[in-house]
Amino acid sequence: MKYVVMFTSSPDLDAQTDPETASAVYRRIYEWFGEHAASIADGGAELMGVETATTVRRSDAGPVVVDGPFNEAKEVIGGFSVLDVPDLDAAIAIARTWPMLDLPGTSVEIRPMVVDYSQFE
Amino acid sequence: MSHHRVTDGLLAQVLREETGPLVARLARRHRDFDLAEEAVQSAVVEALTAWRRDGPPRNPAAWLQVAAQRNALDGVRRSARQRRLAERVPAPSEGASEVASTADSTGTDDRIALLFACCHPALAPEARLALTLRAVVGMTTPQIARAFLTSEATLAQRIVRAKRKVSTVGISLTVPAATELPARLDDVLSVICTVFSEGFVSTTGTGHDRDLAADAVWLASAVAAAQPTSAEALGLAALLTLQHARAAARFDAHGDLVLLAHQDRSRWDHEAIASADALLERAARLRAPGRYQLRAAIAAVHATAPSWEDTDWSQVVALYDLLAAHDPSPVVRLNQEIARSHTGSPAEALERLDGLATALASYHLFHATRAQLLRALGRDEEARSADETALSLTSNDAERRLLTVRLRRRPLDDGS
Repeated sequence: MKYVVMFTSSPDLDAQTDPETASAVYRRIYEWFGEHAASIADGGAELMGVETATTVRRSDAGPVVVDGPFNEAKEVIGGFSVLDVPDLDAAIAIARTWPMLDLPGTSVEIRPMVVDYSQFE
Repeated sequence: MSHHRVTDGLLAQVLREETGPLVARLARRHRDFDLAEEAVQSAVVEALTAWRRDGPPRNPAAWLQVAAQRNALDGVRRSARQRRLAERVPAPSEGASEVASTADSTGTDDRIALLFACCHPALAPEARLALTLRAVVGMTTPQIARAFLTSEATLAQRIVRAKRKVSTVGISLTVPAATELPARLDDVLSVICTVFSEGFVSTTGTGHDRDLAADAVWLASAVAAAQPTSAEALGLAALLTLQHARAAARFDAHGDLVLLAHQDRSRWDHEAIASADALLERAARLRAPGRYQLRAAIAAVHATAPSWEDTDWSQVVALYDLLAAHDPSPVVRLNQEIARSHTGSPAEALERLDGLATALASYHLFHATRAQLLRALGRDEEARSADETALSLTSNDAERRLLTVRLRRRPLDDGS
């Protein structure tokens, strides 16, 4: 099954991480992508900071463009990848090893990808 | 009436033996857990109606299996998506040739794998409970709703959502890998423990056609048999077996709760107590103590004491001290203090108990315990008011009657 894993963190806590720790985590993230290459269908992307987000939101007067991410949650999505693994347990096992989970305020959200459009028939 | 009761007992037994493996097998064949669970659940409902009306069939397992298979095929035909899928699925062979004995190892493995899926941490805790009772134990939605005092609609909604999640997010019906096993097993044990606790206080008779506590003991034993090297799985099976062995003595002829101190110990199931002791010994040899084993060890001290007066309280206190180290929750600390009150002075026990007042303000047994200690100290007015608080905090009939009786009389003879 294909799963999108979304890597989230809390910007205010990120800012408190000392640069040395941050660069060590980044190094391990590169290694992580190498270690799990066989299960990663698409490396996805790392996103620029949440302050760069622009949202097009529905309104009664038609779509409006607003500054900022789509919700004001403390945690924001910093990037995503696509996994192709047999089941949810396999996806969880990989998500558990995401190096940023050593830092406070981080999480990984796992969502199955819609691959069979017939379920919407 | 008695005819019905016999049938209910038989029904419960057949259903819990057959349901889980049947769900697992159909889910594998149709590659659809939701469809399989629904098909088996409908078969369970049909069985309850038909067997109560006509008496149980000669081979209840086969009956249930044929009904579930027919329902599954109906389900497949109903769904356009499934129709295409069905072309890739081998046609089911009819009737008896299909009937595999669920007592074999495949049936057991299927059941345990299904149990792990139903207790998956990706599901909400209350959904794990409901799904386990339906898919693994073979209870119906109305039965579960009655047992947990939830509305059927809420419960049905919860089950539908949980089943969709199992199917769509790829929760597989397998026993987890070794690295994940301890944590996942803990989730399973905790669901079983909740089922038992609910059954332990609520099965006072009326309105219940399933004995939840018995189902929980059965589940715990199945897990212990499948995971013989997990000390805590053995510990939970021992704990629930011990608690259940006292069931007959916990209520008197009027359905009133009888406290441990006053129970007729000859009515305990001593064979079950011996088998639990054996489980506990096997668990101890694995040298991985945990909270279920410690609670079982405490229950075993009580179960093997010749009388309330002859209970080895220092042993009980020592075990509670160990348990509190594993599980420092307020309820465990309350029980620890109750045990200590039997070896020390009530005044000191009361003082330590009051330290838990904030954490346990809304727990009726905290106030009931305080009342007993206050009464032992001759502070009757305060004892009354503590019992009244306890009464206002429990909705369980048997517990309410006990507290009401205590409020009406003066003697100090109600130990816990």
